[in-house]
Amino acid sequence: MNFSIYDFSAFFTSIHEWLLGMMPEALVTTIEWITIGTAAILFTALLGLSLVYGERKVAAWFQLRIGPNRVGFQGVLQTVADILKLILKEPLTPKSSDKFLYNLAPFIMMMAPFIVIAALPYAKGLQVMDLEVGVFFVTAVSSIGVLGVLLAGWSSNNKYSLIGAMRSGAQIVSYELSAGLAILTVIVLSGSLQFGEIIESQREGWWIYRGHIPVWIAFIVFLIAGTAETNRGPFDLAEAESELTAGFHTEYSGIKFAFFFLAEYVNLFIIVVIAATVFLGGWMPLHIGGLDGFNAAMDIIPPIVWFLGKVTVLILLIMWFKWTFPRLRIDQILTLEWKYLLPISLVNIVLVAFITLMGWYF
Amino acid sequence: MTNEELIKTISDWFPNVEFTEEGSQFLNVIVPKDSILEVAQKLKAEVSTSLDYMFSLTCVDWPDHFQMIYHLKSSEIGHMLVLKVKLEDKENPEVETLCNTFKTADFHEREVYDLFGVKFLNHPDLRRLFLTDDWVGHPLRKDYVDEINIVSS
Amino acid sequence: MEQNVIMNPDGTQEYFVNMGPQHPSTHGVLRLVLTLNGEIIEKVEPHLGYIHRSIEKMCEKDNYRQVIHLTDRMDYLSAHMNNHAVCLAIENGLDVEVPDRAVVIRVIMDELTRISSHTLWWGVMGMDLGAITSFLYGFRDHEYITEIFEETCGARLTMNYNVPGGVMFDLHPNFVQKTKDFIAEFKRKLPEYDTLLSNNVIFLERTKGVGILSKEMAISYGVTGPAGRASGFANDVRKHEPYSNYDKLDFKEILYTEGDTFHRYKARIDEMWESIKIIEQLIDNIPEGDFQAKTRKVIKLPKGEFYQKVETARGELGVFIVSDGKMNPYRMKFRSPGFSNLSALNEMAKGGKIADLVATMSTLDLVVPDIDR
Repeated sequence: MNFSIYDFSAFFTSIHEWLLGMMPEALVTTIEWITIGTAAILFTALLGLSLVYGERKVAAWFQLRIGPNRVGFQGVLQTVADILKLILKEPLTPKSSDKFLYNLAPFIMMMAPFIVIAALPYAKGLQVMDLEVGVFFVTAVSSIGVLGVLLAGWSSNNKYSLIGAMRSGAQIVSYELSAGLAILTVIVLSGSLQFGEIIESQREGWWIYRGHIPVWIAFIVFLIAGTAETNRGPFDLAEAESELTAGFHTEYSGIKFAFFFLAEYVNLFIIVVIAATVFLGGWMPLHIGGLDGFNAAMDIIPPIVWFLGKVTVLILLIMWFKWTFPRLRIDQILTLEWKYLLPISLVNIVLVAFITLMGWYF
Repeated sequence: MTNEELIKTISDWFPNVEFTEEGSQFLNVIVPKDSILEVAQKLKAEVSTSLDYMFSLTCVDWPDHFQMIYHLKSSEIGHMLVLKVKLEDKENPEVETLCNTFKTADFHEREVYDLFGVKFLNHPDLRRLFLTDDWVGHPLRKDYVDEINIVSS
Repeated sequence: MEQNVIMNPDGTQEYFVNMGPQHPSTHGVLRLVLTLNGEIIEKVEPHLGYIHRSIEKMCEKDNYRQVIHLTDRMDYLSAHMNNHAVCLAIENGLDVEVPDRAVVIRVIMDELTRISSHTLWWGVMGMDLGAITSFLYGFRDHEYITEIFEETCGARLTMNYNVPGGVMFDLHPNFVQKTKDFIAEFKRKLPEYDTLLSNNVIFLERTKGVGILSKEMAISYGVTGPAGRASGFANDVRKHEPYSNYDKLDFKEILYTEGDTFHRYKARIDEMWESIKIIEQLIDNIPEGDFQAKTRKVIKLPKGEFYQKVETARGELGVFIVSDGKMNPYRMKFRSPGFSNLSALNEMAKGGKIADLVATMSTLDLVVPDIDR
């Protein structure tokens, strides 16, 4: 077992060899599926828990208070207690709702992030599947979450849930355009859709400064669009529509509500990982092309630490948005997308294609 | 305008109103019940008085009559006066509504109807304001008895 | 929630939506029935009475000294000013001269109350629009002042500090220093409010041009306070009908003409600056002397009517006492500012969207116990 924190692929290959030595290949594959699947589900669950705790602490610091600090050391078990409470609650189903769709919606909402988690790169060698169409796959599958939102609103048989779901659905679908176009700038520069190759192409430096102006514009557009896609921050009219209702998940209680709640945080994680990978180099340490001594020094820090650091900074940034800005109205949200972000993104694509052609990047 | 000028101007327009200044810090204009709407409209419309801001509308339950009290002020000029109307009929008190002249009278008249029982003719939507629609009686009247809600010492 | 559907002649539907007595945005127990046409509001109808405690009827059974403690509970965010109004009305009736020390103490307490009410309003306004953090920042400043009150008056919210003739006890020895410290601190914090909300582009988009109230409508509906002054209706009682020693103080009356939500907001922020100015003029020169004039133990007002107007944080509060010479008032009417401000809500909100209604209602700064009495 050669375990190296700098490259997990050697470790996993040696486990695979060891298992192959003991049992036939079909059995090995099955065992690996089950183990990796369980590990991914556990990871997603833990992720949801820690992000909720993080949000509460960050919100408290902005609001001059302390946040959870009683349950467990510094309050880390608070979310566990909350999830326990939600599981033990009585699941109320409205009488005239469409039972099948009503029960299906939270599962669809939770399923989309689960699938995407498998395609993301966490460290060198620590990735479940390095698909050749990685970015495309991730963008496409994460769109399935919209189905969950619309189904939840429709099947609740409640006029206000439906309005909330329609607004949320319109918002998510609109902002996917800008998000996709923003990622496309880096795809054009790096020339591949595969996550592994995109990260390798940032060995001489992250795209955020190699690709100068168009990549900066794309990064800002992606952050705005990503926040809007997860129904967070200043774009949370659908769920914080406490003016009238609680949005599309009004009629859900107990564990089904917990699914919606956790799915939102896992979606946030996915957006942040995509941003960190595509723009900031993922697990690639900070290299400056040509300075070999500097690069070697940066390499001492393991890739997984780089990855976690970038993800943490971006998550804090997006949480900062939510606790500072007031909310936008729905017509202002859609105006922002269709009249401002989309034209900017389109012009940006043309710009980056031109730059790539002329080789005007570092 | 000072009180004397107001007295002179108003009595020129409406000879049948009375004036008094005792027992009050404002000029009181006692208007007969049937001309209150006309008086209020004229006082608001005329530039010399331009009493366009009604800052209080209330009712007092005296032993033999109700008294409607309207406090008016001019936002441009700054003078104030009080219009008073005596409603003799305590069984069925009625007076013309002022809510077309002063929009604030809408809620205030509903409150007076709710708590005193005074009906305002031609009010667009006269119903109880604070109490539930099926409440019996008008609580601010002096003869209101309620064993459950009022503790009489 | 209630749902009734009314069919229009052209086949479209209007439906009623209830913003019930229980609100996420805590303005008090107020029920609004909205008639909607899609997203546009056709009519807003307030239903009141959820917190009607018949204060006016109770006043007829209490004597004049007992009446004062009831007024704290009307508009509890301007408790000092309510007490002040009743005491002034009684003092006018008795022709009692209030000593200078008491006059200055009363004015300082009034202005501190105004600042604390406006900071709480600012916090709630941010929260209504989605910037939840501002709620805690507003309360932080509100807490400073509440602690100052607790030391001198003994209570945090319903102070009951004024009595006919002056104030109930003398100032606590720490009062002057603590107030000066607060003013110094607050002058640094108030520009933070501008950075957080007033200059934020999202906030400006949500409040500019929304909920417009013209000057004639403001006068006709009797909208007073910062809400009326933002529409151009110059009605500051402290300037036009001065009481206590406001005629000797130097402060501006904040007037704007646009009458939209943003200018109502701006009027209150500017009023906080003016209140700071007033306190600074007074805090160093509190005259020595009595804090209470001698009045009889049992107060009987002469026969007649007494009206006193006072500028509270919400607008013009009027106290109208009808006395027949006995120990209890014959009739006591409170002209509450929120009552008239609320009646203009329909005018401001119709034609707009539901999200705009929330923004407009925040700037009216309604305290429902003041409306319902």
